[in-house]
Amino acid sequence: MSIKSLLAAASLAALASAAQADVKVGMITTLSGGGASLGIDTRDGFLLGMQGADGVEIVIEDDQRKPDVAVQIADKMIQSDKVDVLTGIVWSNLAMAVVPSATAQGKFYLSTNAAPAQLAGKGCHPNYFAVSYQNDNLHEAAGAFAKSEGYANPFIMAPNYPAGHDSLNGFKRFFGGELAGEVYTQLGQTDYAAEIAQIRASGADSVFFFLPGGMGISFLKQYAGSGVDLPVLGPAFSFDQAILQAVGDAALGVKNGSNWSKDLDVPANADFVSAFQAEYGRLPSLYAAYGYDTAHLLRSALDTAEPSDADAFRAALKSADFDSVRGKFSFDTNQHPIQDIYIREVVKEGDIYTNKIVATAIKDRSSAYVDDCAMK
Amino acid sequence: MSPVLLAEQILNGLQSGVMLFLMAAGLTLIFGVMGLVNLAHGSLFMVGAFAAAAVAGATGSFLLALVAALAAAAGAGAIVEVLVIRRLYARDHLDQVLATFALILIFSEGTRWLFGSFPLYLDIPPWLAGTVMLPGGIEYPAYRLALIAVGLVVAAGLWWLNARTRLGIQIRAGENDREMIAALGVDIGRLYTLVFAIGAALAGLAGALVGPIQSVQVGMGEPVLILAFVVIVIGGIGSIKGALVGGLLVGLTDTLGRLVLPELFALITDASGAATLGSAFASMAIYILMAGVLIWRPTGLFGARA
Repeated sequence: MSIKSLLAAASLAALASAAQADVKVGMITTLSGGGASLGIDTRDGFLLGMQGADGVEIVIEDDQRKPDVAVQIADKMIQSDKVDVLTGIVWSNLAMAVVPSATAQGKFYLSTNAAPAQLAGKGCHPNYFAVSYQNDNLHEAAGAFAKSEGYANPFIMAPNYPAGHDSLNGFKRFFGGELAGEVYTQLGQTDYAAEIAQIRASGADSVFFFLPGGMGISFLKQYAGSGVDLPVLGPAFSFDQAILQAVGDAALGVKNGSNWSKDLDVPANADFVSAFQAEYGRLPSLYAAYGYDTAHLLRSALDTAEPSDADAFRAALKSADFDSVRGKFSFDTNQHPIQDIYIREVVKEGDIYTNKIVATAIKDRSSAYVDDCAMK
Repeated sequence: MSPVLLAEQILNGLQSGVMLFLMAAGLTLIFGVMGLVNLAHGSLFMVGAFAAAAVAGATGSFLLALVAALAAAAGAGAIVEVLVIRRLYARDHLDQVLATFALILIFSEGTRWLFGSFPLYLDIPPWLAGTVMLPGGIEYPAYRLALIAVGLVVAAGLWWLNARTRLGIQIRAGENDREMIAALGVDIGRLYTLVFAIGAALAGLAGALVGPIQSVQVGMGEPVLILAFVVIVIGGIGSIKGALVGGLLVGLTDTLGRLVLPELFALITDASGAATLGSAFASMAIYILMAGVLIWRPTGLFGARA
């Protein structure tokens, strides 16, 4: 991966003309294996958002979705690259391994994705900002939707890692009813035959699942061929651009909870979607949108303060003075967003499978853990 | 737990077991005959899957895709054997691990360079799509049944190859005494290349067969490789019979563990806690099985007695 990161750093250095790089950003994300499409979109969205930023150097490394690798990279970035700001981690178990020690060393961490409950409540930190959401949010929207649709006993399923627990907790918080079954799978699992058999035997009337990246592709393809015909729903992660193209018709009409969609009617979003397509030749996913927003938040803060002046930089971040692709955006006291969460539907536009917004599930949603955070 | 669910899970266990057998058979053959620890076996699995996805995408034929997977994996195996592996037979296992680990990185980056980082799609052929109704009211995907059948046919074929053909005699002789069969006029270099290609083809076949139910992506081989090593340790290194029995044991333990353990924990804790604990223990089940087998039989179930 070092060649790729060198190239990225070099191209950005070139973009920044001959300006002295005085702020260094370290991006740790997943660029290989079953979660690669998430990290690649995060990186590409972030780099698009940073285009034309003067005096910022970006180093990018692949964490391979392994917590130990992520910790090594973070140590190297903090101690030898001397970065000021870290960002980019996709997976919550990796975030739990990296973020507390990075913020304790005085570095800023801006989350482009992972935002586990632990870091939103008791473990909140003045140098940690979740730009994406709090993990539970999109699942809460799906839970609220399942309740409004009158589903009586959904079967719910997520991988056994921090975001998986947040997922099922979030769904249950807003659904509130009986469950036909609750299953945790392995992170990175590729064969779901055993779980599908359990769904078939459970007597459920619907299936809620949170399986991002390659896991979602495997599950949906196997589900489509299993003869089980229950309606499925989930968070946007289970139906992102990469998953939809692989799954195809089987996902049409599926509802999912999201805080972003490419058809969200916000000027900044229209600019982002067309710039992303022009730059990379594909539709952006929500990971790219979070990466892009994180870049703009960072730039808005850098316009007023340097990371070396930690208090001023923190205040600038907290004011969230940037045009989010999600429109209305502000930070709650635990430095997680307050934002609207929508329900999207999977549709086909030409040959491309994508999502469109059909309803607003929860307005101005913060997070369930905000009162556990000591910051006021 | 209903009998239908249990029966379906046993079929699922068999299916994952025979796929593991295809991987483990090649691995154990290569280890048995040449004494080589081949970490790059997972990459050959990936090569098979990618070749199948590429050919299925271009021609729309699943059978052609299978042929392409076999040819690509066997070809890649033979080339790697001649260029790299051949130099490693006399070295110790640590050197072999180092060199074949390097091969994993080369294969992964090469595949990423050719196909990109996004997963490819390989669809179940229409004539195997959907489900079939088995006696007893078990509804089961036709494709997975076909996988079980293919795995068992390959197992029978390998037994025939090993026990009834001249090549099989040479392979078994090579396992016992490689200097002696060289002295008897067998071209040992050619035999090694051939065995390596057969092992690679089996891995490629497994990759191509698994491709339609999972996603075809860089790095897909390594998780399977770890399981395949568990299988050959349980079955006994060098034994094809051991690979079959080990594969089925691991497949069944893994699948049934994921079903039964959460239910067991539900007796002592609430549903959510049981799901978490059950999942955590289910992921350990096959390693506990391996430890148990090693205590009982240190050389594996069918391993040669030391």
